[in-house]
Amino acid sequence: MNWQSILSSSIGRKVVMAVSGLALFGFVIIHMLGNLLIFAGPAALNGYAEKLESLGEILWVARIGLMVMVVLHIWSGLCLARENRQARPLGYLGKKNTRTTFAATTMAISGLLVLAYIIFHLLHFTFRVTHPQISHLLDADGRRDVYTLVVLSFHELPIALAYFVSMILLSLHLSHGFSSALQTLGIANESSLHGYEKMGRLIAAVIFLGYSSIPTACWLGIIKASH
Amino acid sequence: MDLKLKVWRQKDSASKGKFEIYNAPNINPHMSFLEMLDVINEDLIHANQDPIAFDHDCREGICGACSLTVDGKPHGPEKGTTACQLHMRHFKHGNTITVEPWRAKAFPVIKDLIVDRSAFDRIIESGGYVSVNTGSAPEANMSPVPKHAADSAMDSAACIGCGACVAACPNASGMLFVAAKVSQLALLPQGQVEREKRVLSMVRTMDDENFGNCTNHYECEAACPKEISVGFIAKMNREYLRASLCDSGSAGNTKDAVN
Ligand code: HEM
Ligand code: FES
Repeated sequence: MNWQSILSSSIGRKVVMAVSGLALFGFVIIHMLGNLLIFAGPAALNGYAEKLESLGEILWVARIGLMVMVVLHIWSGLCLARENRQARPLGYLGKKNTRTTFAATTMAISGLLVLAYIIFHLLHFTFRVTHPQISHLLDADGRRDVYTLVVLSFHELPIALAYFVSMILLSLHLSHGFSSALQTLGIANESSLHGYEKMGRLIAAVIFLGYSSIPTACWLGIIKASH
Repeated sequence: MDLKLKVWRQKDSASKGKFEIYNAPNINPHMSFLEMLDVINEDLIHANQDPIAFDHDCREGICGACSLTVDGKPHGPEKGTTACQLHMRHFKHGNTITVEPWRAKAFPVIKDLIVDRSAFDRIIESGGYVSVNTGSAPEANMSPVPKHAADSAMDSAACIGCGACVAACPNASGMLFVAAKVSQLALLPQGQVEREKRVLSMVRTMDDENFGNCTNHYECEAACPKEISVGFIAKMNREYLRASLCDSGSAGNTKDAVN
């Protein structure tokens, strides 16, 4: 196997992009399911957060794995985007697209905005630098109070809105990303591609509803602070 | 019908081009698009002006020479139709029609609407053939081919190499063309000997020729006058992965064995 020639080839880089994208896709789904525990109350969410923390080394392996996937995804994406811009130095007067989608034509920009979101999000919840006053609370059982941190954060309209809008961008990105990855990996074929395209849009809609329900419910007061 | 044309004029590959407006009065709706250009060129020649250069050969939709982007669509507005088979009845009296060449770094303009598509030839030279000496045509039933493989090979072999896929792709990628050419041989028994070497080498040549990369917009399939499916791109990706991951040893050896 010649890694160098695979990684420098167009299809090889597309495969890197697809594999890392699907891995991040899996993370997004698992993370959403974990986050939705907020609807089950403080004990459920804080207990889940504590269990994750207690994984210790395993958690760090997963975090480093995610980081590697993010870096590979962005690297291959930027390589492809740069070559694609160079491939048509002079554009058409009025090119009419007939088959592509808004999501497909905005992948680079939606991807970069999601990256900006991830950086803010990590500073907010993981490194806890944006909301120091509410980031280090403990709950009644002496666990880190992730529940109150989330609920009080989303009482601020700009924060809740930023999350809401970011979830629109993320689901836009994933609505094309899902079937695109399956096509690139050669899993799709002539008869299954349309089904995968619909499936991708459906999963993206579920991801949007699942994630955006949290800031929405907190801001509307449906999820209340516990103390 | 009376039309106006907005046509890309460019003296040679080194010059900068620009659009010129031409009047096309009294166009017969039964003419093909190329016949309409012939009529305009007659007038230009009578007026001692340089006629509009455009590529054409068979004029019956099988050679792949014609290559006009008509109103922002390669080969014009009709699905599954080459520019030479596009008839003027699909336009309306008073329309202004924009005519541009294929636009891609890999296809530099030679003159006006003619582009240099020899990048496609170099991709074919790098692997789009079967180098088995077959002698005279063998009895067809001697090498059994499953019906679905034969059908699929015929579907991909419908590619006429016109380059509309590259012209239509937002990334100017040539992957539908290469996918069709890789697949038609990978599907048939005669293509097996060089199967791995072929896809690796055709993809490498494609990358070296400055085409963009497919990001799955599927504009190529929509523009293809032969309606070749993007399913073949997925097939090429499988062929490429198979050759580079599972079978790289024999891919290298095939070359030695053949030489
Ligand atoms: C409403 C939406 C979301 C909420 C409420 C949320 C909440 C959280 C919280 C509370 C944490 C920290 C967990 C802890 O302190 O132990 C976290 C971590 C994280 N989130 Fe989110 N998240 C959301 C959406 C997303 C999305 C869409 C992505 C990815 C695209 C994402 C990526 C991450 C990452 C990478 C981490 C770090 C994981 C780690 O530390 O190992 N989050 N999120
Ligand atoms: S001139 Fe031969 S396909 Fe149009």
